[in-house]
Amino acid sequence: MHELSLSGAIVNTVVKHAAGRPVSLVCLRVGALRQVVPDTLEFYFEFVSKGTVCEGARLEQGLIPAVLRCGSCRREWEIDLPIFMCPDCGSAGRVEVASGEEFEVESIEVEETECIAQR
Amino acid sequence: MHRTKVKIVEEALDANNTIAQANRADFDRAGVRVVNFMSAPGAGKTSLLEHVVADTPGVRIGVLEGDVQGSMDADRLAALHIPVTQLNTDPSFGGECHLDANMVRSALPDLPLVEIDLLVIENVGNLVCPAEFKVGEDARIMVSAITEGEEKPLKYPLMFRACELVLINKIDLLPHLDFDLDKFLYNLDAVHPGVERITVSAKTGEGIDAWRDWLARVGRAVEAPA
Repeated sequence: MHELSLSGAIVNTVVKHAAGRPVSLVCLRVGALRQVVPDTLEFYFEFVSKGTVCEGARLEQGLIPAVLRCGSCRREWEIDLPIFMCPDCGSAGRVEVASGEEFEVESIEVEETECIAQR
Repeated sequence: MHRTKVKIVEEALDANNTIAQANRADFDRAGVRVVNFMSAPGAGKTSLLEHVVADTPGVRIGVLEGDVQGSMDADRLAALHIPVTQLNTDPSFGGECHLDANMVRSALPDLPLVEIDLLVIENVGNLVCPAEFKVGEDARIMVSAITEGEEKPLKYPLMFRACELVLINKIDLLPHLDFDLDKFLYNLDAVHPGVERITVSAKTGEGIDAWRDWLARVGRAVEAPA
């Protein structure tokens, strides 16, 4: 359900960087821990982008796996369930998130009209 | 016409976080500490606030009440003669299911910051979206009622990880439910190891003193040297 608000945040970020140019592609990096449902995000993005430079743009979602790192034994491992305990030494207090919390606009593709200054 | 790739690499929620920092700076200048109070609808946020907002020695508490519609909760708290400001997300903010930094910013002029030490922002009841949006708070508290079941931390890790205190409410119902408290605590520790937790009952008053003390510690933190 948070995909609607997240779509709004994506569109705002893209509009800021597009500088008025029509956008054809938006590339995201989405960490698994953000619990984003890709189809739902796509649905809302299409809806929220209407009337902006993002209208009709394709949304590409690069999923970043959730990887944790144990601060005690330095082991790194990937998780499916949100269990923040080291499977080796059982340490919980010092488990860090190595990746999986990203929700970034990585790049966009914009359509440029030929620059008037070029002759 | 040709297509150009523009490299951005920016957290999509940066705009919100920037406004949240501005809110935080304004609260700091006013010497007001802020907590973001979150839970699913019906977990007991307002009832738990009723126990403490008018009765926390040495800390003057005000509430910013976030709801999609209506002022039922704000009216309950205003009856306790504390400053309460209503912030509705409908229609000004399209009926959003959470508060964000910009909404809180819009309410700043209406907040009696000189009269209070601690502002409790009661977020819209929702276990998902509020966890994504910082509003300029010093601390985040969530309420999980035992009627919601023991698997909730595993289902909503964003929320259970985005807080410094979990209030486990409706503990008076324990004898009547199939709820396994140990299993809930195990799941909570799996998702957010060691997070502070207090079992409470807004009905019987169990745990309310500990909850009040926790809140008072946040409210008084402003007096500590920077």
